[in-house]
Amino acid sequence: MTAGTDSLEKASADSSGAEVFLQIENVGKSFGAHHVLDSISLSIEQGEFVTLLGESGSGKTTLLRIIAGFETLSAGRIFLEGNRLDLLPPYRRPVHTVFQSYALFPHMNVFDNVAYGLRVRGVGAGEIKSRVHAALARVRMEAFMAHYPRHISGGQKQRVALARALVNEPKVLLLDEPLSALDANLRLEMQRELKALQQDLGITFLFVTHDQSEALAISDRVVLLHQGRIEQSGEPREIYARPRTSYAANFLGKSNLVRGVVRNGIADCRAFSAPVNLPEGPAIFSLRPEAIAPASSASSGSDVRFTAQVVAEQFHGAGTLVTLRCSEEIELTARINAAISNETWGEFAFRAEDLVPLAPEVHES
Amino acid sequence: MSGSRRPVILTFFAACAYGFLYLPIVVLIVYSFNRDGVGGFPPRHLTLDWYRVLFADGSMWTAVGNSVIVAAASVVISILIGFPAAYALDRYSFPGKDAFRRLILLPLIVPGVITGISLLLLVVSGGFRLSLITVVLGHATALTAVATTEIFAGLSRLDRSYEEASADLGASGWQTLRRILLPLMRTSLLGTALLVFTLSMDEIAVTFFLIGRENTLPLEIWSRLRRGATPEMNAISTLIFFFSVAAILASQRLIAGGETSLTPSAEVAGVTQ
Repeated sequence: MTAGTDSLEKASADSSGAEVFLQIENVGKSFGAHHVLDSISLSIEQGEFVTLLGESGSGKTTLLRIIAGFETLSAGRIFLEGNRLDLLPPYRRPVHTVFQSYALFPHMNVFDNVAYGLRVRGVGAGEIKSRVHAALARVRMEAFMAHYPRHISGGQKQRVALARALVNEPKVLLLDEPLSALDANLRLEMQRELKALQQDLGITFLFVTHDQSEALAISDRVVLLHQGRIEQSGEPREIYARPRTSYAANFLGKSNLVRGVVRNGIADCRAFSAPVNLPEGPAIFSLRPEAIAPASSASSGSDVRFTAQVVAEQFHGAGTLVTLRCSEEIELTARINAAISNETWGEFAFRAEDLVPLAPEVHES
Repeated sequence: MSGSRRPVILTFFAACAYGFLYLPIVVLIVYSFNRDGVGGFPPRHLTLDWYRVLFADGSMWTAVGNSVIVAAASVVISILIGFPAAYALDRYSFPGKDAFRRLILLPLIVPGVITGISLLLLVVSGGFRLSLITVVLGHATALTAVATTEIFAGLSRLDRSYEEASADLGASGWQTLRRILLPLMRTSLLGTALLVFTLSMDEIAVTFFLIGRENTLPLEIWSRLRRGATPEMNAISTLIFFFSVAAILASQRLIAGGETSLTPSAEVAGVTQ
């Protein structure tokens, strides 16, 4: 690429408004007729922790690999600080990856693994030593410098893989399901550590996972991918509380999908009626189980009430998932913390704003 | 069928098969220690005399030296061609890849006689003299296919994410090759080298057509057998046998990454002989 086209590309990125740190513009990827990614556009701020969330086949890993340079894109462009990123070979991109399998070099000890990126760039031995020490200290792996990857645990490999990427001071760190091989407790601990590390360093993290609770716990922003498209993106609380589609509502946690008909600003869902601000006609809503409480203990403002019979309960430690039968056809799931007895009829309540209208299902085929 | 008892006929058949395969080798080894040479049963008067004769036999050792030179050169050439070929086959898709694979692997199934005659015609019509160099060319032609198959198997077992991690960390293609790929492929390459070396050491068919004035070991043995079998031949054959078995076992170990298994290379060894 010549300097002339370089500045031209830069100008075009600038003209679309203020310069975005990492800009993904209409990126598509197809293998033959099969579209893995379909016109993905995404703007990421410097220092943001963004999670690409989706089930397998959603395209999340493909998007990450396109940004890293391991896959070529079929359409679209990617800019980093206004410069074309997608035209560079992987080894010229100022982004580094933490692989799902860690991919620590088995024939090198921990020190040499972390030093690798600096060595191939010709950094001096003295500087390599101090930077590797600092990087390993940051992930508390200094004591393992002489160990080979096969002699350290999964969590330790994870830390070394992080240090190996971070020592090169990437502009963006790409993490491909880095915690999926760890057991549940270690996972929570590593989530906390990753988050703290990211806030400390101020590096942009782009994290891929299929685990919705991990995505909600760790991110500044969650991008939910479904069949190669962005289903919804937003802050964890917002995307959880206000899913836009039934797919989003279900993928981001358990949800009741309630059908109803809107007339004169009232949604008639048969089991109950609630005031909504929607045009007339049929509608579908998401109602989170934890929004429902027994009317006696419901918070103030829980203005939608209904009666139902408790027909099943599932104890989950932190709460109980209770199946409420409102009528022959209508059952709702509620997460209730108080003790509740089976077979009883009772009055339950939720706030009208927790009844979230969903977009008509476009993905259903 | 009752219980764990195998039918007698099956056991008998298996014994016959193993006898057919291994009895000649056992006879060969035993008679290399027999004072009275090949004649006379049962063998009496065990002796190491024939090994003494063998070690004093200058022209035999010249032939061994020639064979080692040819085998070493074949290893270098077949790996220098086989590694890039296997890499291309494993890591890239390109137009004509299938034809490329077939052409690379064709020498595996072409009989040695054909390889030998065609190379002989080429060498003669090109006005070159037959020498160890033409033998090396013949061996390399046949064995590059073996090397490619073995290295391909090693490459396809290697997790590709190591190379991606290397590129991701800023290493160029050459740096990745030198610092990551070659070290990780070391055992596979060593195993391939041993296998190719062994196959070259006892190759006869191709060698026969391309040999000049200097004999390789198998041809030296062959030419002497025409003047009558001596127990010295048994001695050198016994040594070759144990060397080959050790080398093949070692190469299988290395190629299989520590597992002892009958990989296609054992079949390959059968095809080229």
